[in-house]
Amino acid sequence: MTLNLFLLQLFTGVALGSVFVLLAIGLSLIFGLLTVVNFAHGAFYMVGAYVGVFLLGLTGNFWVALILVPFVVGAMGLVVERFLVRPLYGRGIDYPLLLTFGLGLVLVELVRIVFGLEGVPFDVPDALQGAVNIGIGWFPLYRLFLIAVTIALVVGLWLFLEKTSFGLIIRAGARDPEIMRVLGVDISRVWLMVFGIGTGLAGVAGVLSAPMTSVIPDMGTSVLVEAFVVTVVGGMGSLLGAVVAGLMVGIIISMTALFYPELADLAMFILMAAVLLVRPQGLFGRKGLMG
Amino acid sequence: MRVTSTKSSPNLFNRLAEIIGRYRVLAVLVVLLIFPFVLPYQALAANILIYGLFALGFNLVFGYAGVLSFGHAAFFGIGAYGTGIAIVHFAAPWYLAIPLGVVAAGVTAMIMGALAIRTRGIYFAMVTLALAQCVYYIVYQLDGWSGGEDGLTGVTVRQVDLGLMHFSLFNPTAKYFFILAFVAVAIYVFSRILASPFGAVLEAIRENEDRARACGFDVRLTKWIAFVISGLFCGLAGALYAIHLSVVPIEVLHYHMSGQVVMMALLGGMGTFFGPFIGATVFLLLEDVVTTLTSHWQLVLGLVFMACVLFFPRGIWGSILRWIRP
Repeated sequence: MTLNLFLLQLFTGVALGSVFVLLAIGLSLIFGLLTVVNFAHGAFYMVGAYVGVFLLGLTGNFWVALILVPFVVGAMGLVVERFLVRPLYGRGIDYPLLLTFGLGLVLVELVRIVFGLEGVPFDVPDALQGAVNIGIGWFPLYRLFLIAVTIALVVGLWLFLEKTSFGLIIRAGARDPEIMRVLGVDISRVWLMVFGIGTGLAGVAGVLSAPMTSVIPDMGTSVLVEAFVVTVVGGMGSLLGAVVAGLMVGIIISMTALFYPELADLAMFILMAAVLLVRPQGLFGRKGLMG
Repeated sequence: MRVTSTKSSPNLFNRLAEIIGRYRVLAVLVVLLIFPFVLPYQALAANILIYGLFALGFNLVFGYAGVLSFGHAAFFGIGAYGTGIAIVHFAAPWYLAIPLGVVAAGVTAMIMGALAIRTRGIYFAMVTLALAQCVYYIVYQLDGWSGGEDGLTGVTVRQVDLGLMHFSLFNPTAKYFFILAFVAVAIYVFSRILASPFGAVLEAIRENEDRARACGFDVRLTKWIAFVISGLFCGLAGALYAIHLSVVPIEVLHYHMSGQVVMMALLGGMGTFFGPFIGATVFLLLEDVVTTLTSHWQLVLGLVFMACVLFFPRGIWGSILRWIRP
């Protein structure tokens, strides 16, 4: 066991964690404003991968697919919020959750009908193939790209929330939607947008991880559980929490895969149990959205 | 006069509902006794018993305590695996294997509950789902005991000897009534729990948690106890499932199983006594019909689920109750 191997595995964990970060931010954002736990989040992730496959086949260009996917999946999110989730506001916190659970089943089965049960191939684009020497050894270029895209998205989202007036409205809406209404802000439009952004992020996570995993209709199931673990560890409604916890879970999974492979599936649950025992509200608590 | 005449018909239903409500255990049992003779085949009837019990146990947490758990597959699955492992690996007789499965499920519920109850509200569903998935991975990996991906096979109970009576469980009717005996006791116990002061506290928590706390009730402890009791009932359902099928597939621990039981409780009417059994019956009959027509049962399931949430949140029995007593 050399130090370089250890560091490379750490980097692999960061790449894996990047996907969790994107998923958890979307989940957290939606919850922070709408108090909806989106059980279809894993399904949107899966749909993102399949929309990527479809667009890649249509245009033959990975970059076009990558840029269009979040908009397509985000638009689906808009429709879902407007017509399915919105009628349930004020009817108890469990109903949107149950609805999105049913929606997840429907989306998975629809994809099965359209694309079949078998996995579909999704190759790493030519420009991102191969590995580069990052000083500690050779690391797949695509995973570096994944990390870079995640950093760009997280920074972009942070700037959007902190520096724009729409971001201000979102942050205020998370604190007190009632006051926002009184001030004349159409809060339901904000909720619509946020649901779209959240599902769009899930879609991006899906298409980004498509070249690294097998694209199958069930790919969202385990990811949903992982995203939940990350959100519970990081604390709902915290951008920082989602980033830190996402990277932690990614690194823990890849490290246990190296040292105790038989524990790789369990490690993150042990982390979650420990966090629940010490800090039930999550590492970064909940002091208003994205605080 | 006209007042009484317009009121007489709801009164009749009202009285009927009252009578059914008073003898609710008896009412369920009468229906379940004639069940195997009206359904297309008896394996389906036995399934309804088992899933009905599963949904009944789940409903204690969801319907009565008002806490949504997405991890009840763990208790059902551990009940099934506990009983199955006792029979397959230790050649335990059924009267030891079933309690073993139930206790194993109860212990699982104690641990999961202790962790999940630390969180508030909506977190609960996420944490229970994650912990149940953790149980899935553990059982999956202990393949020497559980059979891993292939499931546990050979959970066979051939003969049941009760001193004077003995019968073979290869006879579907005998098996149905064997399972019914357990379910009947469970329903009776469940009914007594609901009628007890504990049951009243549970409903108080569902209606207004803060007020229940202000009245001096230990909300967290009550929820935890309800969670464990619920786990015991679901464990019994799992144990009976193992004996009914003679195999324990790993899918019993999958989170779709937790989703199914949520669906049954919702479909029948959460927080109602008969709801879970009605929900389980309708669910399984629907599944039985749909799977013969199409291989896309999950699509239908998802759509029904969404329709229930959107348009039909009271469920079947809940809506009937509402119609009788507006």
